[in-house]
Amino acid sequence: MTTTKEYESYYVPDSSHWPIVGAVALFLIAVGAGNYVANLDTGEGIGGWVLLAGIALIIYMVVGWFSNVINESMAGKYSAQMDNSFRQGMSWFIFSEVMFFAAFFGALLYARMFSVPWLGGAGNNLETFQVLWPEFLAAWPLTTTPDGTTTEAMPWTGLPLYNTILLMTSSITAHFAHVALENNKRGALKLWLGFTILLGLAFLVLQVEEYIHAYSAMGLTLASGIYGNTFFMLTGFHGMHVTLGTIMLIVMFFRVLKGHFTPEHHFAFQAASWYWHFVDVVWVLLFLFVYIL
Amino acid sequence: MTTATDTMDHHDDHHDHKMTGIKRWLYTTNHKDIGTLYLWFSFIMLLTGGAMAMVIRAELFQPGLQIIEPDFFNQMTTVHGLIMVFGAIMPAFTGLANWMLPMMIGAPDMALPRLNNWSFWILPFAFGILLSSLFMEGGGPNFGWTFYAPLSTTYSNGSTAFFVFAVHIMGISSIMGAINIVVTIMNLRAPGMTYMKMPLFVWTFFITAYLLIAVMPVLAGTVTMVLTDTYFGTSFFNAAGGGDPVMFQHIFWFFGHPEVYIMILPAFGIVSTIIPTFARKKLFGYSSMVYATSSIAFLSFIVWAHHMFTTGMPLAGELFFMYCTMLIAVPTGVKVFNWVATMWKGSMTFETPMLFSIAFVILFTIGGFSGLMLAMTPVDFQYHDTYFVVAHFHYVLVTGSLFSIYAAAYYWLPKWTGNMYDEKLGKFHFWCSLISVNLLFFPMHFLGLAGMPRRIPDYALQFADFNKWVSIGGFAFGLSQLIFLVLVIKCIKGGKKASANPWDASEGLEWTVASPAPYHTFSTPPEIK
Repeated sequence: MTTTKEYESYYVPDSSHWPIVGAVALFLIAVGAGNYVANLDTGEGIGGWVLLAGIALIIYMVVGWFSNVINESMAGKYSAQMDNSFRQGMSWFIFSEVMFFAAFFGALLYARMFSVPWLGGAGNNLETFQVLWPEFLAAWPLTTTPDGTTTEAMPWTGLPLYNTILLMTSSITAHFAHVALENNKRGALKLWLGFTILLGLAFLVLQVEEYIHAYSAMGLTLASGIYGNTFFMLTGFHGMHVTLGTIMLIVMFFRVLKGHFTPEHHFAFQAASWYWHFVDVVWVLLFLFVYIL
Repeated sequence: MTTATDTMDHHDDHHDHKMTGIKRWLYTTNHKDIGTLYLWFSFIMLLTGGAMAMVIRAELFQPGLQIIEPDFFNQMTTVHGLIMVFGAIMPAFTGLANWMLPMMIGAPDMALPRLNNWSFWILPFAFGILLSSLFMEGGGPNFGWTFYAPLSTTYSNGSTAFFVFAVHIMGISSIMGAINIVVTIMNLRAPGMTYMKMPLFVWTFFITAYLLIAVMPVLAGTVTMVLTDTYFGTSFFNAAGGGDPVMFQHIFWFFGHPEVYIMILPAFGIVSTIIPTFARKKLFGYSSMVYATSSIAFLSFIVWAHHMFTTGMPLAGELFFMYCTMLIAVPTGVKVFNWVATMWKGSMTFETPMLFSIAFVILFTIGGFSGLMLAMTPVDFQYHDTYFVVAHFHYVLVTGSLFSIYAAAYYWLPKWTGNMYDEKLGKFHFWCSLISVNLLFFPMHFLGLAGMPRRIPDYALQFADFNKWVSIGGFAFGLSQLIFLVLVIKCIKGGKKASANPWDASEGLEWTVASPAPYHTFSTPPEIK
């Protein structure tokens, strides 16, 4: 337990207009996306534009809100206790992200272990199998669905393997950058952080390459049955998280160039690096369950 | 439990930066303002969802179709459920947490005040979207609040995308709110307040917040899969593509079962605060309460499939989920025993918060017993999807969660407004609610046992008498809630001034500050011995 002294300076900010801006932004995103998706088949409506306006507004909100926080931090208003609040908040946020991915991993494992075998007559489902789709062959990866959609399975060698190496290396370089920051070696910090960003960008480029290959050459799409569903939802959401993580790292890079962060006081850097390790761990699980097994 | 040594004097050494007018409420970072916003919002949602329940009960007043179309009936049951769960009960608890947690643990505010504002203000927008979908072409969501596939995918109407994104925003709000609660409790407790010295109210919100962080993202994943199944050609819940509609139920209830405990654990905390005050005794078995709450939270993760006994799960699955579910009766029984033991030989008085709390103990226990009946797989085969289930979850949610929220509101209104509420009117509200709520929900048990299915706008003639009484009870219960609205407005406007500690025996740091609580409290934390 800390002493009373440390509690004195807990910073409670005055009112702020950023949250309500963010609320309006989320509203625009939800309405725009809802309208866009509901009119996908006709292409009518202004949903897409509303969605873009919402995204622009939320970027404006994030920039404004975070610069407030950065200014307060640079002005020395944050005590160690405040720093702790940020750290705990970030770790629980990452935990909630883990649970989001868990839902999709759950779907993948359920489909592999139950749905597909049961459709093939396993357990007490022989009759269902014979009546519904007697031609169906239960296998994983599911390249032919019960209703006859066919696709190819993505091999783990080639691009996915390169991507695994890239991302795992980037986790190590991110760690080196963190160590450099803690030892106050700014040159090494910039170098390792720059490397990490480049590795992240390379990962994203290869991921796009892989998607193009899947859609054009393999006939593997989001709609090719449960294999394509789980493949694209898991790798797609992971890719979005890598994109977000890379943006965070780029922001950190510019803050480092501006001379922000000290060996003792660098929550934002720490958070970005935690986030980066998190997307890396998710990728390792993806590589194992989506590609290899 | 906790004693404050240096209590007064330093709560308003901070000068207020309170803005005026609408800006104060839009821009606020103050936990008390945000708590007030949450509580008013949830009450408005309670009346909105209640109005929908009135539509349902009006249609069911007699057999046959007389007032609304079946499809609109389905929209009413769906949106009623969604609003009551995500719009009324959960925000009310978050509002109570916002108001009370920082004062109870001697913190200056919530740990992340701006995030706190954001968590609240996205909620009205989410419910605006959900409600507006009722007026769209094809109508609003009509697949039940549980949005089972393929009702919500293959057979859904055009507004499903709006439903999905509205739920996403509600989820973001809950997760951010929960992170704030966890961080506040872990990091901002006054020096000397160890975990086992925290008021039980704080404990239950702490555990509830963990449940929220763990399962709301799973709900987000579920609605995302519904979205892609409906609009982007995926087949997560479609056997033709290798998926399974039953998989929907597994993922949904993995969220859904902890969710129902999210709506009852804070109620346990409230009742455990109020009963000791009016029994003028310490809470019996404080630490066993903490352990019981934790075990209920743990068990909530491994019982989800008891909602799906009739889906044809393998026998081993049915047995596992049945036994785990019955196990929950043990920690819950510990709690009920402790509340009764707290009252045993206490010098009790029966002010409105105590009345609601005692009603909670008895009526929640009835809901618990019907839950135990539903937990038995073979018996559930008969009860599944009947009014027995409706009776069960309304006993735990209305006479459980909602009654506890009323108890909390009466208990802390003097602290919030600085005035005593009208005790006579409060008791009147209580008795009207108590009688009508039992008329409303108790006959539903018999209807369900006799085989009346839920979510239907019309029914066989033999159910007519009970349904008439249920509807009368429903209208009476709905009207009774307006008494509370009048009472709160009266209390805000004036009334007998409340002292800092208007209840004789209430303990806790919130009673050491003035009534109404100053805008900023505990800018310097008190020392706890």
